[in-house]
Amino acid sequence: MEFILVQTLSGLASAASLFLVASGLSIIFGVTRIVNFAHGAFYMLGAYMAFTLTDRWTGAFGFWGAIIAASLVVAVLGALMEMVLLRRIYQAPELFQLLATFGVTLMVQDIVVLIWGPEDLMGPRAPGFTGAVTVFGRMVPSYDFLLIALGPVVLGLLWLLFHYTRWGVLVRAATQDRDMVAALGVNQKWLFTSVFALGVFLAALGGALQIPRTTVSHSMDLAIIVEVFVVVVIGGLGSVLGAFVAAIIVSELNAFGILIFPKISLILVFLVMAVVLVIRPWGLFGKPESAPRPAAGLSIRPWRPFTPAERIAVAVGVFGAAVLPFFLGNYALTVGAEILVFVLFAASLHFLMTVGGLASFGHAAYFGLGAYGAAFLVKFTGAPMEAALLVGPLMGLAGAVVFGWFCVRLSGVYFAMLTLAFAQIAWSIAFQWVDVTGGDNGMLGIWPSTWASSPRGFFWLALGIAVVGVGILRVLVFSPFGYGLRASRDSALRSEAIGIDRRSMQWVAFIVAGTFAGISGATFAFLKGSVFPDFLGIPTSVDGLVMVLLGGIETVSGAVVGAVVYKALAIWLMSQTDLSKLVLGAIIVLLVVAFPKGIVGFLEDLRYRLRPPRANGAGPKTAGYGIAKVEAAE
Amino acid sequence: MKLEVSSLNSHYGPAHILFDVGFEIGAGEVVALLGRNGAGKSTTFRSVVGLVSQRSGQIRFDGTDISRLPTYDIVRRGLGYVPEDRRIFTELTVEENFTVGRQPPREGVATWTPERIYDLFPNLGEMRRRPGGQMSGGEQQMLTIGRTLMGNPSLVLLDEPSEGLAPKIVEQMADAILTMKREGLSVVISEQNLHFAKLISDRAYIIEKGRMRFSGTMAELEANPEVRDAYLAV
Repeated sequence: MEFILVQTLSGLASAASLFLVASGLSIIFGVTRIVNFAHGAFYMLGAYMAFTLTDRWTGAFGFWGAIIAASLVVAVLGALMEMVLLRRIYQAPELFQLLATFGVTLMVQDIVVLIWGPEDLMGPRAPGFTGAVTVFGRMVPSYDFLLIALGPVVLGLLWLLFHYTRWGVLVRAATQDRDMVAALGVNQKWLFTSVFALGVFLAALGGALQIPRTTVSHSMDLAIIVEVFVVVVIGGLGSVLGAFVAAIIVSELNAFGILIFPKISLILVFLVMAVVLVIRPWGLFGKPESAPRPAAGLSIRPWRPFTPAERIAVAVGVFGAAVLPFFLGNYALTVGAEILVFVLFAASLHFLMTVGGLASFGHAAYFGLGAYGAAFLVKFTGAPMEAALLVGPLMGLAGAVVFGWFCVRLSGVYFAMLTLAFAQIAWSIAFQWVDVTGGDNGMLGIWPSTWASSPRGFFWLALGIAVVGVGILRVLVFSPFGYGLRASRDSALRSEAIGIDRRSMQWVAFIVAGTFAGISGATFAFLKGSVFPDFLGIPTSVDGLVMVLLGGIETVSGAVVGAVVYKALAIWLMSQTDLSKLVLGAIIVLLVVAFPKGIVGFLEDLRYRLRPPRANGAGPKTAGYGIAKVEAAE
Repeated sequence: MKLEVSSLNSHYGPAHILFDVGFEIGAGEVVALLGRNGAGKSTTFRSVVGLVSQRSGQIRFDGTDISRLPTYDIVRRGLGYVPEDRRIFTELTVEENFTVGRQPPREGVATWTPERIYDLFPNLGEMRRRPGGQMSGGEQQMLTIGRTLMGNPSLVLLDEPSEGLAPKIVEQMADAILTMKREGLSVVISEQNLHFAKLISDRAYIIEKGRMRFSGTMAELEANPEVRDAYLAV
């Protein structure tokens, strides 16, 4: 009994920081509609900054002053990011903002190591809260009680702020209807910046308050951001009370899960999140989105199949790739094969995102499932590569059938979050089911057949798979199925009114995308000769997103270009610099600001400008971003 | 002139909606912008307050060119806008809706307080703490007008204030608009309901398919039934 109580207290203490960070993310999303991936980075910065300041300023006043000062400094940094970066891209599709903030996260990871070094740091204890309190014969740190009290206090202060100040009322109004707030004479710019600063302050405070409890490390950011996503999704995006309740639920699940179900402790939280989302798709305290902004698509220039000239150009391009093995060395060919694997992976995600309008944050799940499927066949049945490549991806397909059924019930940000949750479940299984998957050690010895074992042979194999796969996906775009899918994406109501079963269409699209991701994953397993849980991890999913967005979300073939450029850049940077994350992050940020339509979208714009297709010239200049504002006339 | 608009062109994406629209509103006038559904009335209003990003032409308010200013800046100069779909903040109470609209007093213009608005719309005074989402359509229409008045505007664009309201509430709206006129405000209403427009307006413009077709006093419109039949009658 006392044990349960102590465990509950420990969970509540952890909930405090989680609530602070999650409420900040929620407030920012509510007003700016930005899912701030960098929120974890600000949490981490808060902890590092507090470490440095508490080191300099001693005594009780010094410690608490340092905590507050650290949070304020980070809040200023957050406001700067909002002013310099996000203000330029508010009109962009939601995913671009996520991508930009992800780029910032990458940069911060390297910057933190540059400034504070790679070792974990041990902060000071909080003056006056260094001891422990005995509860039913067990020791509970007194600092935990402080944190437990802090959660409700902050919740109360935020409530007062939002109900009893004009600023707070404006924030709540803007959460519902930003344009109307502007139409009443409120300058949104500063409202957004101040909201962002408050949200980042809360994140940094959450981080700073952690230093007496845990060590400060440069991997804090990704660990917390996934948990925070889960919290805001369970609680409801935009709801501070929801963040509070969900932070407690998640922390208690963590506290007890590890004791009661040690085998599935990692996936417990995600299972709860999946259940909540299926029952209440907008979270426990959230409200259904009135009119979600389309995640993608709605290009001003309609898509069209290739012209004969373009077909020839593509054929020349494929031929050019096919003769590369006669000119390149083994290393370059291995890199080339890896790029080709990711071309198909990106193309499959692109199909789901652009044609289906469903932005998945967990596409790596199907990539990894395909890889594990192939590995299981090789390891447990001794199947040859050919059979494994054909049958292995079926595991990706099966995963997509099951997960997709749940996911297509949602849309927008919630869809993205649920796909992320399922990917984390798949990752956790691969990580924790050591008997079958080898856990963190992975599965080794997945080698290709002799004919494909040379870098040259495997390059051709990868090229063949990529060309056929991308070709099939492209044919699907211009098939009746593709048209139906695009109709559902552009207007769910209207397409349902003409008899299109939206959910089934999107489910099938999800399965198609998952299957092709599985094929690329299986190929990847043979390229690497091994399979690891990382294949299913968030970084792999994010890589896919970056490739799609980099190439151009509104184009039919952007993913191919995006994958080639991104993968080549990433591999090259890894070999050139120790600060690859910093450089890559900076490049992502610059690309998002300079080429919001992606590389292919940018080139299409250029061609359009140089040679407009029709000469009537009546059309206006296209707006900065491709999403045409489809406002009803009148 | 209070508001002068000339050669206004607006687009939504590739669609050209307004073609060289022009009109003028004098200080203290109530002017009706008439037209059928889809004629371009709302787009005209939205263009004037800068909610349509793709617009060109001259828009002068109190002699200043506002055609390139952001929406909030236009509104802060005293040009109030009441949208057709009301767009009240459903989560916020009546009082809080007013708080959002509140702007500092403006010289030479009537200053509005919540109390004065409760005088104008007594119904609202009885539900100060009720969330906007739990009000009837007529009450919401009152709330959206009151919220705009809290910005102490010198001119108000009222988009279809009588739409979908019970006759009794429509009368109240007409009274409220006449009160605003007595306070010295200029009011532009967009309407399909000619009867309502006649009750309160000094002059009228008729817009059809994005082009201005008629301009004149209500009496002149009365004297030209063929204009009415061509552009307004169903």
